[in-house]
Amino acid sequence: MKFTKDWLDIHLKTNKSESQIIQKLNSIGLEVEKVEPVKNELSDFIVAKIIKVNKHPNADRLKLCDVDIGKKDTLKVVCGAPNARDGLLTIYAPPGSVIPKNGMKLEVSKIRGETSYGMLCSESELKLSNESEGIIDLNDKYKTKIGKSFFGEKKGKNVIELSITPNRPDCLGVRGIARDLSASNFGKLKEQRKSKVKKNIKHNLKIKIEKNKNQACSIFGSCIIKNIKNTESPGWLKNRILALGLRPISAVVDITNYVMFDLNRPLHAYDLDKIKNKITVRNSKKGESFKALDNKNYTLDKDMCVIADDEGVLGLGGIIGGERSGTEIHTKNILLESAYFDPTIIRKTAKKLDLNSDAKFRFERGVDPQSVTAGLDSALELILEICGGEVSKLDVQQTKKFKDLEIKFDPKMVTNTVGTNINTNEIKKILSNLGFTIKSKGKFLNVKVPSWRPDIFGEIDLVEEVIRIIGFEKIKSIEPVKKRTKPTLNFFQKHFHLAQRSVASKGYLETITWSFTDEKINNKFKEKLESVKIVNPISSDLNVLRNSLYPNLIFYLEKNLNRGFGDQALFEIGPTFTGKKPGQQITVVCGIKKQFIDEDDNLKKNDLVDVFHIKKDLVQSLTELEINKEDFRVEENTPSYYHPGVSGSIVSKDGNLVLGYFGALHPKIISNTFGFEIFLENLVEYKAKNKKTKESLTFSDYQKSDRDFAFLVNKDTRAQDLTEVIQNIDKNLIKEIKIFDVYQGENIPSDKKSIALKVTIQSDHKTLNESDLTNISKKIVSTVEEKTGAKLRS
Amino acid sequence: MSDFEKKFLEFKNKLNGTQDSKEIESIKTDIFSKNGFINSQFKKLGSLPEDEKKIFASSINKAKQELLEIFRAKATEVSDKDLNEKIKKEKIDVTLPEKEFKIGKIHPVSQVIDEISCIFSEIGFSVEEGPDVENDYNNFTALNTPEDHPAKDMHDTFYLDENMKTLLRTHTSPVQVRTMLKGKPPFKIIAPGRTYRSDSDQTHTPMFHQLEGLHIDKNINMGHLKGCLNYFIKEFFEVDKIKMRFRPSHFPFTEPSAEVDIGYRIENNKIIIGEGNKWLEILGCGMVHPNVLKNCKVDSKVYQGFAFGIGIDRLAMLKYGINDLRSFFECDYRWLNYYGFDPLDVPTNYRGLSK
Repeated sequence: MKFTKDWLDIHLKTNKSESQIIQKLNSIGLEVEKVEPVKNELSDFIVAKIIKVNKHPNADRLKLCDVDIGKKDTLKVVCGAPNARDGLLTIYAPPGSVIPKNGMKLEVSKIRGETSYGMLCSESELKLSNESEGIIDLNDKYKTKIGKSFFGEKKGKNVIELSITPNRPDCLGVRGIARDLSASNFGKLKEQRKSKVKKNIKHNLKIKIEKNKNQACSIFGSCIIKNIKNTESPGWLKNRILALGLRPISAVVDITNYVMFDLNRPLHAYDLDKIKNKITVRNSKKGESFKALDNKNYTLDKDMCVIADDEGVLGLGGIIGGERSGTEIHTKNILLESAYFDPTIIRKTAKKLDLNSDAKFRFERGVDPQSVTAGLDSALELILEICGGEVSKLDVQQTKKFKDLEIKFDPKMVTNTVGTNINTNEIKKILSNLGFTIKSKGKFLNVKVPSWRPDIFGEIDLVEEVIRIIGFEKIKSIEPVKKRTKPTLNFFQKHFHLAQRSVASKGYLETITWSFTDEKINNKFKEKLESVKIVNPISSDLNVLRNSLYPNLIFYLEKNLNRGFGDQALFEIGPTFTGKKPGQQITVVCGIKKQFIDEDDNLKKNDLVDVFHIKKDLVQSLTELEINKEDFRVEENTPSYYHPGVSGSIVSKDGNLVLGYFGALHPKIISNTFGFEIFLENLVEYKAKNKKTKESLTFSDYQKSDRDFAFLVNKDTRAQDLTEVIQNIDKNLIKEIKIFDVYQGENIPSDKKSIALKVTIQSDHKTLNESDLTNISKKIVSTVEEKTGAKLRS
Repeated sequence: MSDFEKKFLEFKNKLNGTQDSKEIESIKTDIFSKNGFINSQFKKLGSLPEDEKKIFASSINKAKQELLEIFRAKATEVSDKDLNEKIKKEKIDVTLPEKEFKIGKIHPVSQVIDEISCIFSEIGFSVEEGPDVENDYNNFTALNTPEDHPAKDMHDTFYLDENMKTLLRTHTSPVQVRTMLKGKPPFKIIAPGRTYRSDSDQTHTPMFHQLEGLHIDKNINMGHLKGCLNYFIKEFFEVDKIKMRFRPSHFPFTEPSAEVDIGYRIENNKIIIGEGNKWLEILGCGMVHPNVLKNCKVDSKVYQGFAFGIGIDRLAMLKYGINDLRSFFECDYRWLNYYGFDPLDVPTNYRGLSK
């Protein structure tokens, strides 16, 4: 919403300055978005200098000029003037400006194959004289003004642009803004003048609002004006229209726009002579079409609100008028419409047709239904003044009564909400200045809501009105109490926090990637899950919710590889989706590691990343999350996106919960890259179920002994199978099992391998003697041989 | 000079004369071994008369002691010499690179979430969460959003079904609804999380982070709201004073509603928060609308309170001088390294939020 201070003065008697007003508007909730100098019709035209005149390659009589308009770069402008020459000071019209002589709006265009950014002007084009022979030749005085407006900008006059929240349609008119300011002690709202227009002639056009299902129109007021002389608007009106950022068209159109911005009251003017027979406000039939004032054809759906005559659709009610009945500069007789349309239906129709207009913007927010005749009167006065003519009586068709809402209001609610004592008289004064009618009834107030405030429903809305006008700065701030009655983080959140920092401490950079990803990549990771598609994705390559963290991590890893970063470790902790219902998501920590292998780097060659590095990172993080080695086992089955032979899963000891995966990623997806996943909910569930209380520490000071064994086993026997068997022999005596060699090759059958391990044996009660140790060693050998088919190597 | 004394002197000279560790060891054997010099002398004792026995034994012991001392001194001397020589040869170039290490980093958004949690923890808020996928009831309807509100357009909200019933939450406010529906007042929570809107340009990303705050109790009013936010902003930016302005605004789920601006100025191209005469909008807040309380089965005659929503990414940008929102999600290796935080740098109330 735009307005100027002098426009405001029409409605508000105030001695406050523009800057005081701007500050006040902000503090009462009418946010000032911009304050800009007023533009007039001619401020676009800029003093410019031709730097160089070049020949136009395709036309002998045209020239291609490099023009300095006071910016960093010069522009190319095609020009046919014979007097164009290097160094000439002239006037430049940019794309978007309107040439006064013919009303033509400039665009960037190609002239005989060369693009021209704007135009150099002759005196006649700017209506300075009739001289049209060549372009304007300015004297040297203008040398210092290159880039400045030729006609100058009016100093000190500003357009104030407000960002009005959707609940305040009344402030989409200058009068509404004036009313809010007057309620804030910023002046007095002037009375609206009573119309003195004589309405003598007969309103002889039949108008009917049809009874349709969901009829959007409930009031249709109109009036006929005959024998007008439509013309260009006078200067004051043109300036108002320009201040709004609109283009002046003709007095009739400019007046309807003016009233819309003045009173938030959209109007529409028809050329009466183009209306066939009568006007019917009705629902559209499917497939009906019309050409709107924006020069586009619209084909309508069923049940859109149209204004029609016997020939068909004239316009879309409350949204846009039609070309067929539009007024022109030679229009003699007009019908002026002032109607009320239902906000929801207007919004639906406009959305379906993807149509936007100032009228629609207002009707969908809510126009005062009681402003129908006031709007007509206001426009009539201006039309008579500027265009003359004879006016008919007003005709108002109305199918619905609008009753002002009454609210029973306990003024104490203001104090309770705000926390600062506000007395009832002040409340009454503010509300009545805003247009509310108030009657006291005991300790309550009976508050009648004005028809222009569709946003007020109940007591809390009145509280807001009061505090908004009083000012938030009057509220006394209450220091918060430093007291905690509940833990800040719950059990799960603590683990989230710990997992995040634990993984980062292993050298991984935390990333945050989109929760959505490319379906094509996601398909490689979704396993048995359904794709969760987004109906309206931001782009076609971000069209599903991710089933895994890998797709995005790999995508960005590869991007970084292309940036030249060979060694990378990235991770993310966040949601992956298992379905499309709320809550069908899990929290995954996923790390990914790639090493750049430089054949020449002898120092690094001995420290290549392999599956045991990634396993170390994972197991160490699990240990830091207090999932110890004895709490899980390693299994070989992993999802298909891992290398089937070089990956493993970490499963809770009871086998019920998958805590994580690790391994080389499948070479078909990405080569030589390792990754791991931790499933945080599973981990936390497992921990919660197996809560260990920390017992007091005991340790044995008796001598411990190591015994080494080498077993010959089948090639596919897993080290874990051996260690588990040994551990289970005597959990008290066997303190540690360490695998120190795995050997295949010479002296070993090709289907076998040798696993060498060191077992640490220690009693908590005594020093073990040689025969104790021999016994346990024998038991180790016999049990392993029996349970795994291994043979002790001699 | 007796034979014994001659031999003794000979060994003494030998020991003193050598510089070789092996020779020392062999001399040691000659003197102290089972059949060595000392033992062979003791063996002679048996054949001596009683009176000489004592004297001779004492001389052997004296000689043994003396030789032992010389031997020890010599052994130390030689091994020191050997070690020194060895050390001389062991000189290496310590300017060669150390073993490779990688420093991991915490994303600024995560760090800021931890900072925020730390601040609100002090004044008794606890952390709540909600799902990223929401139904339209929790995201809009329960929050008093009118049926035809523009925010519900396909232009603004990502939907997972054509009927527009399941969506990616557009704000963290549905966590308010979930929290109130599952519990009983009072409520005092913050809810950080991912939020989604169909927007992508210089200053918008389709996913971003919000922090929701909710405090519902008996007699909670706008004074508490002001105090709470004032405390938070001061703590977060780690400044003593903050210039703050509450501007009335409009949100469906709060009434009265306000937007909060903080004062700032630009100095040497850097933004200084807390002073100056420019205003920066940083959050929206208000008193929870009675309709929302009703929808969440909270009796608005007894309970009332405030809610607020803050853009976490924006806070991180302001505090840590990051210019481009989009860069948060581009995972550029250099960016992550530069703007990320050491995982050991956990914000705490006793150490302070930032290092």
